[in-house]
Parts: sequence; C-alpha cells; structure tokens
Amino acid sequence: MRVQPERFPDTSNDADVQRGAFLGAMAPQRQHVVPAGRLQLAVHEWGDPDAPPLFIVHGGFDFIRTYEVFAPLLAAAGWRVVGWDQRGHGDSDHTELYSWDGDMRDAMAVMDSITDAPAPVVGHSKGGALMLQLADAQPFRFSHLVNLDGLPYRRPIPDIADHERTTTMAKDIGRWLDSRRTVASATRRPGTLDELAHRRGAMNPRLSPEWLRHLVTVGGRHDADGWRWKIDPQMRFGGFGPWRPEWTITRLPGLGMPFLAILGSEQEAMGFGTTARQVTKFLPEGGRCETLDDVGHFVHIEQPATVAAMVLDFVGGAQRMAS
Amino acid sequence: MSSADHVTMLQHGKVSLALHRLRAGNGRPLLILHGLGEKAPDTVPLWCAGWDGPIAALDFTGHGLSTVPRGGGYSAETLLADADAALAELGEVTVLGRGLGAYIALQLAGARATLVRGAILADGPGLAGGSTEPTSGNFVELPPRRATPDPYALHELSRDLRPPDYTIEFVRMALDQSGLDEPITVCARIRPAWLAAVAGEVGVAQSSLHDALVTYRSLGEVAA
Repeated sequence: MRVQPERFPDTSNDADVQRGAFLGAMAPQRQHVVPAGRLQLAVHEWGDPDAPPLFIVHGGFDFIRTYEVFAPLLAAAGWRVVGWDQRGHGDSDHTELYSWDGDMRDAMAVMDSITDAPAPVVGHSKGGALMLQLADAQPFRFSHLVNLDGLPYRRPIPDIADHERTTTMAKDIGRWLDSRRTVASATRRPGTLDELAHRRGAMNPRLSPEWLRHLVTVGGRHDADGWRWKIDPQMRFGGFGPWRPEWTITRLPGLGMPFLAILGSEQEAMGFGTTARQVTKFLPEGGRCETLDDVGHFVHIEQPATVAAMVLDFVGGAQRMAS
Repeated sequence: MSSADHVTMLQHGKVSLALHRLRAGNGRPLLILHGLGEKAPDTVPLWCAGWDGPIAALDFTGHGLSTVPRGGGYSAETLLADADAALAELGEVTVLGRGLGAYIALQLAGARATLVRGAILADGPGLAGGSTEPTSGNFVELPPRRATPDPYALHELSRDLRPPDYTIEFVRMALDQSGLDEPITVCARIRPAWLAAVAGEVGVAQSSLHDALVTYRSLGEVAA
C-alpha cells in the first residue's frame, strides 16, 4: 500500500471545487495506490480503517468518487468501505490495453491488498457484471454480492434479418477500426465547470446539475485551459467482440453467496434495461431482486439513503461480520 | 535482407507495432500474421514460395519488437486493430495468418473486405483459442518476462472465446463486400470449432498453402 500525494492533490482552494461542493458528499478519508502488475491503481476509502471491509465497484466511464454520497452511508454503519478507480478511470494509471480480464485482475489485486477473508461486494452497472463473473470464478472472496442495475440480459438492438445484421456489424467494426487508427492522438476537450457538467448530463440525464458539477471537480483535472475528465481519452464507447449480454446473467443461478439485485425501473442509455422479471428466473437459491420505482440506472446516486438501507439490511451489521 | 533495416514502427494507440518488410517488389504485398507466441519471420519463409511479390510481416502487440503493455488486457479484436494499422500503411494486401494470426486474418478479411484480396488461414500456435461459450475460468496475475512474448498475451489469447456463429459473420462480411467469389481459403489441417464452421461456409475455399498463394497472387495488381 503506497501513498502518493501527487496523485491525490489538495484542490480545496480551487474556486470551482468550492463551487462544486455537494451537500452530503464526503471526499474519501484515505487514498493510496495498489500495484496491479506494472499498473498503479488509485484506492479510496471511507470509514474506520479497522472496521471489516466492504468493497464498492464503479461502472464503465465512471470513477469511484461517484460514490461520495452513498459510500459514507455504508461507512457510518460501521464498514470500512473500499473502492478503486478501474484502469484508465479516475486517478488510476492509463494503460495500453483495456479489457474485461484486465479489470478482473485489477480487482483481485485491490482485494488481496485489503483482506484474505470473504467480504461484501457492491457493484454498479459494468462493475456489477464484473463482480458477478469474479464471484463465479473466485467465490471465496465474497460474503455477499449486491448488484446495482448491472445485469446485461439482451442486446439493445431489435431482432433483424441475418443479412442486415451482417451489414450493421460490418459498419460498426469499420467505424471502430477507423477510430483505432486515430486514437493515438485523442485528447479530452477542455471546458468550464458548467460545460463539462452539461456534457455529462447527456449520459446522466436524471442527475441534478449540482451533482454533475460536483462530479467534474472530483473526476476532472483543472488545467490552465480548463477542466478535463481524467478518464483516458483513448477509451471510447462501443467496440465489438464475441461477448453476448445473456452470458452474464447465466452465471447467476450457480452463486453460493447471498445475492441481492437492485434495479431501477426507468430505462436509460447507460443502463442495460433488464427487468426484475428477466432476472428472477436466474436468481440463485435465496437470491432477491428488487426494483425501485421512478429511479434510473444510477440507483445509488438517485436514492442513496434507500439503497444504502437496503444494502445494510442485506449484509447485516458490520459488527456482526467482525465478530 | 537484414530485417533491422526494413522495420517500420506503426502507432496503434499507445502501442508501437513493428512492420517488417521481408521483400520489396511490385504489386500487392503479402501480409504475414504470426501465431501466438511467435514473431514476424526475419526472412522470407520457405512456405511463401508461392508468392513472388512483396512481403511484409507484423509483430502483434506484446510480440517481437512491438510494445509490451502494462498489465495485459489482450483481445483478438485489439489484434485485429493491430493488423488494420498494417493495412493503413500497406494499402491492399493478401493476408496469410498462422494459428492466432489465421483467426485475425479472418476478421480482417471481413472487417476490411475491400482492402483484403484474399485471406489464407494456416495452421500455427493459437489456432484453437478458448471455449465457444463462457466458462468459470480463473484469472491470474503473471510474473513479467524480460523479453517478448508477453506472458499475458500467451495467457489471454489462448483462452479467448470463439463462438462459431460469431466467426462466420466475418465470412459473410467478406463475401458481401470483397467482390471475390472466394475471399477466404482454409489451409489449416486442424479445425477447431470456429474454423470448421468457417470452412463449411459458401465462398470459403480449401487448398494447400502454396496453391492459395498462387491463386490470390494472380488476382492482379494493386488497384489504381
């Protein structure tokens, strides 16, 4: 465990950071780096360092400080809440290749640095899907698994004829290859605090402008020419491969640890659009799936108190885990 | 010909890729894609006797003289983009892939159908890949090596999923867009499930490596 102050600079004197302060948000109480092979991953913690650990895992194109309201609620109940920025995201290193397997190994490195014992794990979106696969491959790490709207089920495109699917796939791959030809020179466009918040609002239309401004101050870097998101500019949405959404949920029935899924009822572009009805038939023995009405993909951001209460009720008290 | 004098470094994201010019000449080049754990040959291989034109060979990411990434993260699709970087440099090619390189050659034939004038799929390391559907396969951190190939490349690219119905999509793309009757030729004698499916598709030829090279070489010169 290494502390790297230069990676986590004090920005409290920045006027924009002060303007982006969000009621109820708490910065991580400890920040350090964990090596994952030749990469350095930024780890953020809330709560008593001697309390039993509970891991939180963010989604794609997010970063762990999006948990700045939700994580402190879990910490207040007696947990040492530990999260990390996935490679290329937040304060972690940018690297040459990004892949599911790489993210999985990075998760193992962080977990191994914190505990050898099973711990509760809460994953949102892609982070939830990642943890479902890790729970299948390495169940010994998990005392409980909570999935926050992170269960891909089917492709977002409608059924189309074979020939049309081939044409669509060819165009998608062609565009992706075109982007790879120019990715070496990709940069993040700078902007004001409000401009970056507005841009992110396109991905997070249900989240408040105040929260989006706050996200800029914790997920962005303030350079002389403006704010830039810290995420590696070489990462982009899309891509392709043999993976199929339904392959994630088919790992569910075999899970041996207690499992809780919390879905939002409102479909969003960033979400998977999976319904409780689709999940229920795959639930493991004793597993539960709850849906929050009038809540979108970011359940823990829209309803932090409700989701935290559900998680705490599910995992039990931290003192019970510690005893 | 000394390979060191004829290596062009291409940029693919943060990775530098070594493109070796094994033989100069007129006309469309043959692009060789090596197998898993191999690297571009230093000289023109004997098995290229059926090709009398220029020949180039690429070192994939993590192999040969190309960059070794920090912390792995390989996929066949990333290697496809490696091969596409070579296409950006060379223009029209005929592509010959060994093992893993055969799988990438198939994808390249579909994804860049107007630039690939024939893809030859040959035996070699990494031909099989992983399962055709998900497994509970474990994840491990590997100690680094001082030299290529990258252990993560060997590990991750030997277990990537290759569903047959996914791979035949690339055959259909090649048939739709290349204008060739037989844009893909299977020379490999070993046929994992994905390759057996490809070989069974209309428009996929089967022949010896020598005959495939001669056939594709005869397709004519580089388009103006």
